[in-house]
Amino acid sequence: MASTTAWRRFAQRPLRESLESIALPIGAVLAALVIFGVFCALAGANPLAVYGSIYKAAFGSWSAWQNTLIRASPLMLTALCTALPARLGLVIIGNEGALVVGGLAAVLVGLGLGGTLPGGLVLLAMALGSLVAGGLWIMAAGALRHYRGVNETISSLLLNYIAIALMNHLVQGPLRDPAFVSKPSSYEIDPSAWLGTLPDTRVHWGLIYGLVASALAYILIQRTTFGFAARTAGGNVRAARIAGLPVGKLTLAVCFLAGSCAGLAGMVEVAAVQKRLNESIVSNYGYAGILVAFVARHNPLATVLVSVLLGGILAAGGILQRSHNLPDATVLVFQGIVFLCVLYSESLYGRFAFFQEREVEAEGAVVAG
Amino acid sequence: MATEALGWWGVPLGILAGTLRGSVPFLLVSLGECLTEKSGKINLGLEGTLLFGAMSAYAISYLSSGIVGPTLAPWLGVLAAGVAGMVLGSIHGWLSQQPRVNDVAVGIAMIIFGGGLANFFGKPFIQPQAPHLPTLPIGGWSDLAPVQSALQISPLFLLGVAIVPLMSWFFKSTRWGLYVRAVGDSPDAALAMGISIFWVRMASIVAGSFLAGIGGASLSLFYPGVWTERISSGQGLMAVALVIFARWRPWQCLWASLLFGGAQALGPAFQSVGIDSYYYLFNAAPYILTLVIMIITCSPKRTLAGAPGALGQDS
Repeated sequence: MASTTAWRRFAQRPLRESLESIALPIGAVLAALVIFGVFCALAGANPLAVYGSIYKAAFGSWSAWQNTLIRASPLMLTALCTALPARLGLVIIGNEGALVVGGLAAVLVGLGLGGTLPGGLVLLAMALGSLVAGGLWIMAAGALRHYRGVNETISSLLLNYIAIALMNHLVQGPLRDPAFVSKPSSYEIDPSAWLGTLPDTRVHWGLIYGLVASALAYILIQRTTFGFAARTAGGNVRAARIAGLPVGKLTLAVCFLAGSCAGLAGMVEVAAVQKRLNESIVSNYGYAGILVAFVARHNPLATVLVSVLLGGILAAGGILQRSHNLPDATVLVFQGIVFLCVLYSESLYGRFAFFQEREVEAEGAVVAG
Repeated sequence: MATEALGWWGVPLGILAGTLRGSVPFLLVSLGECLTEKSGKINLGLEGTLLFGAMSAYAISYLSSGIVGPTLAPWLGVLAAGVAGMVLGSIHGWLSQQPRVNDVAVGIAMIIFGGGLANFFGKPFIQPQAPHLPTLPIGGWSDLAPVQSALQISPLFLLGVAIVPLMSWFFKSTRWGLYVRAVGDSPDAALAMGISIFWVRMASIVAGSFLAGIGGASLSLFYPGVWTERISSGQGLMAVALVIFARWRPWQCLWASLLFGGAQALGPAFQSVGIDSYYYLFNAAPYILTLVIMIITCSPKRTLAGAPGALGQDS
């Protein structure tokens, strides 16, 4: 029957193709694990013991899981800062800077309103402040790209350093709390405006922020006309222009949303973890978010999974130092290896016969049917 | 601060001295990136190369000073930095030329990887003191000690300045320079000429990374002359932006590097005369300058004059 064949063709192709798009990144991560093992062996550590420690410290117990999830939450948010513009064909790496200005905005709002309004309202205002600050920060990179043709990768990266300098200037000067001596920091946010933890856990509400933002981003990109327009423009800008799509507005809107996600990560770090602003907010969550987005192939649901995996690896950083005498940069080396392997796997799409649609078999099915 | 004795004259002197010291990594990295981009590929990973080069130079200089003496050791360090750069460059060169692999993405991965390697191997070298490169004093005419101590030229600066006319001549007048330009401007034409696109790009990227590695050696063995985990602070990326500003011409890379070195010296120079309330904002000057320059020089309508034709195109 023709309709069955058509259905079969329809079902077969996405299945094998989607299998490929799952198998290749997993294969790449496995290959990275093997290379990392060799690296550890060369550095004098037993690779199997290192894997074991990472697993135990990341996912071995409920306590380990909580540590992992605490680190995964900001990653989910910063990853969106790269993943969303990537659908438009832009490579944005200003995650760290957007996170910092988001944290800065949250602290400014929190210090201004903390104690005067109910905590929930202050938190809402802090979140809004961070969304707007981070959004505008990355939107600037998008606007420079669209109106001036400035390379968005370089401009967004420069904005990282400018954001950090701005933050340092403020916490060393106007915002500095003289009573806090261990490092230059802002005043502390009023405890009523701290972001609490989920019931019976140490995991803060940032996890929910991350999950909700990822789900919304997925729906926006995959299930709305806006997302369709963005993906079309990402596929072929000229075609999109000819079709009458407002490429400029799309660029600005997507960059704003992307930056606001990273900004929210800054608010979460400030309100739930640091409680005040200082250099600790520059903790590589931004750069790790770039990696997450690329490994997840810029799919907002896959970024959640990859964030949890990477969060686990980050949580295991301390144990590598204590039990295996490996420096804390080991985690960074591992991230680099994973990133390189995943990029190499991009060149393998279509190289394996198993993942291709089987034309001959399909033709045979027509005859048999 | 030594320059305090000079009063306000300390500011221009500080900026001049800072320009001479701070422009070296910009110069070497931008020349390396210029060569790389002329062949049609972008290497953002030079930021990681700079960091890894700085660490390698410092480590080798420290480790070998007991064996070959403190005069030769820093030069071994410089060589090691170059070789370290070549290793990272060959990874970038191979990976970025695979089908459907984006060279910008590979560059970001190489920043993380190179930075990770540098911090991994560099941990034991944060404390010890490695022998530095010698400097050429050009302030000998002055009796003032601050002037003498400020005006020091690194041999690596002279090396960079010497490479500028060489590279310019290489692009203009040599067969190999023509190959590089052909591959970067029109890969199809290069292919028709019987040139191997892969190997020309590979050679350009590896040679460019060699220069960037040496730029790292200048950071750790000359100025600031220590090894810390954040020593490169984005200078490798600024150098990439600088190449765009310099329109892919070696001579303009030199002028642009001096400009950036000067911008970087603003914060410390003002701090030395007691203006330190805006220290961090002055330190952001090079980044803001880069951004402003890119805004002025770029245009959405046309590709930049002098840009290699195949730059940013998928191979």
